Amino acid sequence: MDFLLNEFLVTGDPLIYGAMVSIVLVSIAIVFVLTYFRKWGYLWREWLTTVDHKKIGIMYIIAAIAMLFRGGVDAMLMRAQLTLPNTEFLNSQHYNEIFTTHGTIMIIFMAMPFLIGLMNFVVPLQIGARDVAFPFLNAVSFWSFAFGAMLFNLSFVIGGSPDAGWTNYAPLAGPNLNPGPNINYYLLGLQISGIGTLATGINFMVTILKMRAPGMKLMRMPIFTWSSLITSFIITFAFPILTVALALMTIDRIFGSQFFTLTGEGMPMMWANLFWLWGHPEVYIVILPAFGIFSEVISTFARKQLFGYKAMVWSMLIIAGLSFLVWVHHFFTMGAGAGVNSVFSVTTMLISVPTGVKIFNWLGTMYKGKIRFDTPMLWSIGFIPCFVLGGVTGVMLAMAAADYQYHNTYFLVAHFHNVLIAGTVFGCFAGLTFWYPKMFGHKMNEKLGKISFWFFVIGFNVCFLPMYFLGFMGMPRRTYSIEPEWMPLNVISTIGAVLMAVGFLVFVYNIYYSFRYSEREKTGDTWDGRALEWATTTPVPFYNFATVPEITGPEAFWKMKQEGGTTYDKENLEPIHMPSDSGVPFIMSAFMFVAGFGLVWEWMFMAIAGLIGILACMVVRSFDYDHGFHVSVEEIKETEEKAREGEK
Amino acid sequence: MSGHSELTTGPLEYRSHEDRMTVLGFWLFLGAEIALFATLFATYAVLFGRTADAPAPQELFEMPMALTMTFLLLTSSFTCGIAIHEMRRGSLKGLLTWLIITLALGLGFLGFEIYEFVHYAHEGATLQSSAYWSSFFVLTGTHGAHVTLGICWAVLLIIQLKKRGLNQMTARKTFVLGLYWHFLDVIWIFLFTSVYLIGMVV
Repeated sequence: MDFLLNEFLVTGDPLIYGAMVSIVLVSIAIVFVLTYFRKWGYLWREWLTTVDHKKIGIMYIIAAIAMLFRGGVDAMLMRAQLTLPNTEFLNSQHYNEIFTTHGTIMIIFMAMPFLIGLMNFVVPLQIGARDVAFPFLNAVSFWSFAFGAMLFNLSFVIGGSPDAGWTNYAPLAGPNLNPGPNINYYLLGLQISGIGTLATGINFMVTILKMRAPGMKLMRMPIFTWSSLITSFIITFAFPILTVALALMTIDRIFGSQFFTLTGEGMPMMWANLFWLWGHPEVYIVILPAFGIFSEVISTFARKQLFGYKAMVWSMLIIAGLSFLVWVHHFFTMGAGAGVNSVFSVTTMLISVPTGVKIFNWLGTMYKGKIRFDTPMLWSIGFIPCFVLGGVTGVMLAMAAADYQYHNTYFLVAHFHNVLIAGTVFGCFAGLTFWYPKMFGHKMNEKLGKISFWFFVIGFNVCFLPMYFLGFMGMPRRTYSIEPEWMPLNVISTIGAVLMAVGFLVFVYNIYYSFRYSEREKTGDTWDGRALEWATTTPVPFYNFATVPEITGPEAFWKMKQEGGTTYDKENLEPIHMPSDSGVPFIMSAFMFVAGFGLVWEWMFMAIAGLIGILACMVVRSFDYDHGFHVSVEEIKETEEKAREGEK
Repeated sequence: MSGHSELTTGPLEYRSHEDRMTVLGFWLFLGAEIALFATLFATYAVLFGRTADAPAPQELFEMPMALTMTFLLLTSSFTCGIAIHEMRRGSLKGLLTWLIITLALGLGFLGFEIYEFVHYAHEGATLQSSAYWSSFFVLTGTHGAHVTLGICWAVLLIIQLKKRGLNQMTARKTFVLGLYWHFLDVIWIFLFTSVYLIGMVV
């Protein structure tokens, strides 16, 4: 009992009691609703065991929006604390925990899953495939992310949240300065979801390289597919580094090794190097798909072919290459010496060249286009100036000598929010509103969409512009209370944050409102689109394409519309092979959760039990020779005739 | 779809599109594994010489032991190659025989590695004793864990081969296991040179 109240559960803070109560109430509500409407079977059959890339994509996005909410609440708590000097709203420990979970959740459990969700839904449709290369593995990816996120979020009420920043630097995060389960949550939560991300990287590389429609050469691929391919490449080679870094620190903490310790000649700065060797490519993992989304949206709504397609592709490839060569710029102040700092300073500035090329290509695409200002386009146009601001301050930070002045100040905080929110978050919103009709069969409401856009984009600038000046005034990052002279700008910043929160809430309300009142789509081509995902019907049949068209040039669907062409060629229907659903990914990831929870508390019996469960699932999978099933021609005909009724 | 055609000739494991994708996916996985081991090697290199109060590596490493382990694992890679060759010839019996020999050699390697670890621990070099030894045990241990996993995987495959014989599916699985096994061999060559040989002379 003593253990339960003093160590296991987090006690003593009214905010957390409130959270506990709401968690319990929401759980009871979910169980009640599922039972009352008899939806348990539906949930299991249609969602928990699915291997359909479209459903997995949607689940990723739902989870990401939930995490955006959680991370956003953290942000609002921080802003509340920093508005006035000497506030006692949060104590320093609680503040440390909140900025740590805010950063970790936003990057790992919001930005990446949001984009991977969009990739999951869109990429197979854009290349004319029936599913991803390894549908079973795709489900493992999703569930390991979901259970990893759950483990991480649990820390908040059970055992205490990690509190060493999302970068989790040693020796602060080591066993001596930070004993207990909190940092373990960080290590295991990221490890479990990281496994899934790595699998996604491999899966999408194979999918894009091997499953394109006949005639779709690499240089004929839609640009979002290109960005996904390059992102997958970065994931595959960057995530193993994170895996190792996390594992080494886990071994340090649980088994007493000396990698990042101050005793036994360990090297704390090794952690910073390993972390950023993964961490910097990670930044591009979350920005490149967003670039792909903006390219698709801008080209569609400017009603022009993307300007400089080849330059776009090469820019992304160069960015991907350079992303592995800049990691030291995160710690110029470590003291690596002028030579080393200069090299990394130059590589960092080099990245701005291909990025600049991309900016001009977007402008070039819009030039002389008949632009339509629908919500996805607004997000994309809003992105350009806001992101450039972040890019320019990035070059300022890249100057090693000057960085000694900006390092760990609010200038840095403003910079990376300017690129990550204007780039990734705007990109996610643009992508979701753009592909929303394809996913759910109706548009998001335009009026509400515009309201949420303006609240968010104005709030965003009001929130983060003052932070540059706060940085110059010497306000350090991760401080839990402010000096009186920083107050005016902090008040403005908090007002901006509130506006952003309103924008987000309107966005979420829009999902509900559109579900109730939006007009249903009658054709598959909502926006007069250009890539193949618009060629199939809405809602998309589970096999995606009844027949896959022959691709003869770039912008496959645009060409099909001009020359005539269909994804339902009645003469050439053949039975379609589809993979079978499986409950193993869900169960296996649940065992990962058990093993992770055991390691967090260093309860070895539980960790071993979980591990045995994971291995058992692998054995079950190995002996499973299920080849999937075939969809008969009659069933395809029936589905297509029904879906295409409205087109006539 | 491009390349979706099922082939009727050529190696069994490459005949269906699905199998070709699996093999490519596994190659990419090995690419990720290279990144993983590269990180561990880099960690080892950075922490080299940081032995603190524990014995230095040149006091503990012994050439005969390292050579025996190398010999066992390299031979197992060769026998694994023969096993795949037998599979290509369509001989289930040959395949099983050489796979079992491969396994036996792998187990031998593992036995020596465990003995080695226990021996070092008795001499006062453990995971906890210093940064150098932490990186040594984690680097070689990760390789050893991979070998262990490979052995378990091979046992599962042998059961499946006995049950189902040689077909597209089992052939592909065996081929992928072969890739994995050779990969572990390549990693060991780097381990032998950069850990044992350098550790003995520097």
